[in-house]
Amino acid sequence: MNVEIKISHALKKYGDNVIIPDLTVDIRKGEFFTLLGPSGCGKTTLLRMIAGFNTIEGGDFYFNDKRINDLDPAKRNIGMVFQNYAIFPHLTVKKNVAFGLQNRKLPKDQIEERTEKFLSMMKIQEYKDRLPERLSGGQQQRVALARALAIEPDVLLMDEPLSNLDAKLRVEMREVIKEIQNSLGITTVYVTHDQEEAMAVSDRIAVMNQGVIQQIDTPKALYQRPGNLFVATFIGRTNVLDEEIYEDTRGKGVRFGNGFLLPMENLMEEARAGQKVKVSVRPEEFVIAGQEAEGVGATVEYSTFLGLNTHYIVTLDTGERVEIIQESQIDDILEKGSKIRLQVKNEKINVFTEDGSRSLVR
Amino acid sequence: MKTKKKFDMWWGVSIAILLLYGLFMLYPLFKMLIQSVFDNETGEFSLRYFQQFFSDSYYFSTLFNSFKVSICATGLTLLLGVPLAYIYNLYEIKGRNFLQVMIILCSMSAPFIGAYSWILLLGRAGVITKFVKSAFGITMPNIYGFNGILLVLSTKLFPLVFLYVSGALKNVDNSLLEASSNMGCQGIKRFFKVVIPLCMPSIMAAGLMVFMRSLADFGTPLMIGEGYRTFPVEIYKQYVGETGTNHNFAAAISVVAILITAIIFLIQKYASNRFSFTMNALHPIERKKPGKAASVLMHLYCYGMVAVSIMPQVYLIYCSFRNTSKTGNMFKEGYSLMNYQQVFETMGDSIYNTIRICGGALIVIVVMAILISYLVVRRRNLINGIIDTLSMVPYIIPGSVVAIALVMGFSRAPLALTGTAWIMVIAMCIRRMPYTIRSSVAILQQIPITVEEASASLGASKFKTFYKVTVPMMFNGVISGAIMSWVTLITELSSSIILYSSKTITLNLGVYIMVSRGTDGKACAVSTILTLFTVLSLVLFMKVSKNKEIAL
Repeated sequence: MNVEIKISHALKKYGDNVIIPDLTVDIRKGEFFTLLGPSGCGKTTLLRMIAGFNTIEGGDFYFNDKRINDLDPAKRNIGMVFQNYAIFPHLTVKKNVAFGLQNRKLPKDQIEERTEKFLSMMKIQEYKDRLPERLSGGQQQRVALARALAIEPDVLLMDEPLSNLDAKLRVEMREVIKEIQNSLGITTVYVTHDQEEAMAVSDRIAVMNQGVIQQIDTPKALYQRPGNLFVATFIGRTNVLDEEIYEDTRGKGVRFGNGFLLPMENLMEEARAGQKVKVSVRPEEFVIAGQEAEGVGATVEYSTFLGLNTHYIVTLDTGERVEIIQESQIDDILEKGSKIRLQVKNEKINVFTEDGSRSLVR
Repeated sequence: MKTKKKFDMWWGVSIAILLLYGLFMLYPLFKMLIQSVFDNETGEFSLRYFQQFFSDSYYFSTLFNSFKVSICATGLTLLLGVPLAYIYNLYEIKGRNFLQVMIILCSMSAPFIGAYSWILLLGRAGVITKFVKSAFGITMPNIYGFNGILLVLSTKLFPLVFLYVSGALKNVDNSLLEASSNMGCQGIKRFFKVVIPLCMPSIMAAGLMVFMRSLADFGTPLMIGEGYRTFPVEIYKQYVGETGTNHNFAAAISVVAILITAIIFLIQKYASNRFSFTMNALHPIERKKPGKAASVLMHLYCYGMVAVSIMPQVYLIYCSFRNTSKTGNMFKEGYSLMNYQQVFETMGDSIYNTIRICGGALIVIVVMAILISYLVVRRRNLINGIIDTLSMVPYIIPGSVVAIALVMGFSRAPLALTGTAWIMVIAMCIRRMPYTIRSSVAILQQIPITVEEASASLGASKFKTFYKVTVPMMFNGVISGAIMSWVTLITELSSSIILYSSKTITLNLGVYIMVSRGTDGKACAVSTILTLFTVLSLVLFMKVSKNKEIAL
């Protein structure tokens, strides 16, 4: 029952308004695949095209070798969890879960057995005779998930399933989802705009913007080696600085505004001396050093103590403001106006072309 | 969202509904239009009936009278109903639920019954007239004519305004009022500067509703109008009057009537579009306790108005238990159930007819409304757009015009329906469907489409999704709408009075017939039975509908 989803050259338009111009992606068997992007980027649209609720204006959608473009949504064998759960308010929890099974005309005892199985898997057995309106948000979420899984679908689709829950429940439910998906090994496509949530649950993430996939990779790779500036800024926090490439006898590196030279070993061949670049330095990739050390000069503006970490907002000597995160120290927090020097972890930072479209780091 | 042009069951439904509208609404209206422009003597095309109508001040004045009384009634109901809704929703009033039920009850009998009862109270030989005359020597003002119509219509229709404006006030967020007070706008000033503008779309909708009903109402002027002629009465007289009927002329007046109501409808639509905005209250208005003096005044106002409006109905119930003379024309001393006895002996059929005809119409209306609202909301396309527009047409057609058009359309074979129960059912369906469709559409729009998608993704077919998921979810709302429709159906007069035959007399028609024969006792008894039906329906409604929202 495990299915690989292949989408090639998908096109979605509403009238003359192109939402997804040309999208190709392969989702592997049993993978937890997430579509991540800002609102309006076309991620939900794509999900609904897979589900069959949106028309497909061009391209091919395959489940394994079966083309599903014109297949009725009812026949795609998909389990779907909706943002608002879409639980039938007139049916009890148990009847909601059994709904899909009844449509398959399974024998009664089998329906009973499978319903019970998924009710207990989602830990909602005790509510089975209640109407949905008497359940909390988290419980409703569990019903929606049990209902989607009960039909043993080839593919599980989830459209921002956690966005209606409060912060604590969200963390709890995403563990539940991840665990269930792992144990069933079902190919899952998940849509969210919350990057932390995406990182927490996904095997791979496709970052989307304006209908185009910017990068598909594991959460770790997306964070550490973003393919372009959009991904670098969308995933996690980062400081973007306009700098220049230099080259000397020892190799290439980045020259910072005040003349500080940072040698880098992983720059691509095409990076030429004097080339203007965007440098993405995450807050934790700065190291605060004393005034006598080498580095970029800066002045502390203010600090925020958050327990584990301390955040500093500093102004570089070149006038740019950057954010720095340091593990909190036992000695005093740097005071406003302190002069410091910043060193940079050169193996971690990312360098992009001036237009931000490509990474220059191997 | 799905726009694939695949032919399925719903296409068949669309086409069937379109054909039904074509046959039972457009065809009769077309027939009527044809009749209005042909001379009934020479059989040639002529506009002489229209000419006659507009040139003869006798006829033209009916139009003017109708307008005058409708505009005054609209103004007066707004003046009475808006403050009532405001007080009811913003302040603590004792016995709120009781008050609401009474207000609704006021609107729930046929206007002509109200008119009849007012005559019994304030007419030339009315109880109050006589009492005031003998006790104080004062002659009460004349109730017949313009004043009487205005009195009857406004005591009957102010609940409409109340319900519409209450609905709007329920969507006003408390913080809007607080913000207004915060910025120094309070009390009366806030009422005019904030509350009224916020409710404006509903006020205008209520205004239109009242205006259309007053304009099309014909039982009231017929009963209490005497010399004050309005055009629905004129249509009726031209069509079934005792002397000098002229069907072509009646058709011509009907066409004029439709044109006028259409224009008013369009003007209102244009105006309300300019005022339209959406509101959703996160925090509904918190009702406040008014000061002592204000509280007394408010209670007096609310209960006073209800008392005056409900008085005629109560008086009729009282009269129904009085003894009458043998012929039934005079009330005598003492109380008994003799009126009821006579009614059941002679008019048992009318109860059966009411259930048969109104019940039949109700079933058709509910089924059609569910289907049409599904087509209109979930499956937008050209045909369903046309159906949507067609379903609104009856809004602007007065009941008597519907009836005349149907008679003109279906008096000959193969569709000779005149005089049967069928034609009354059709008329009721046409008259009532727009309201039920509108409320079904509103219900369906509130149901997120994802619920149906969830059903589809769980393997249910379109049809199965519709009857297993969509219909059950709509059902509560539709049923409460249906009960309200039922109440208006059993009090329907303007079309049935033209369409009825001796075999299809309903309770409401029964009252009319009794009144016109002068058998007051029986009339009171029948109208009491009718009131009982209404109250029972209302109780049922309260049980069924969870939110207790009432919309007409």
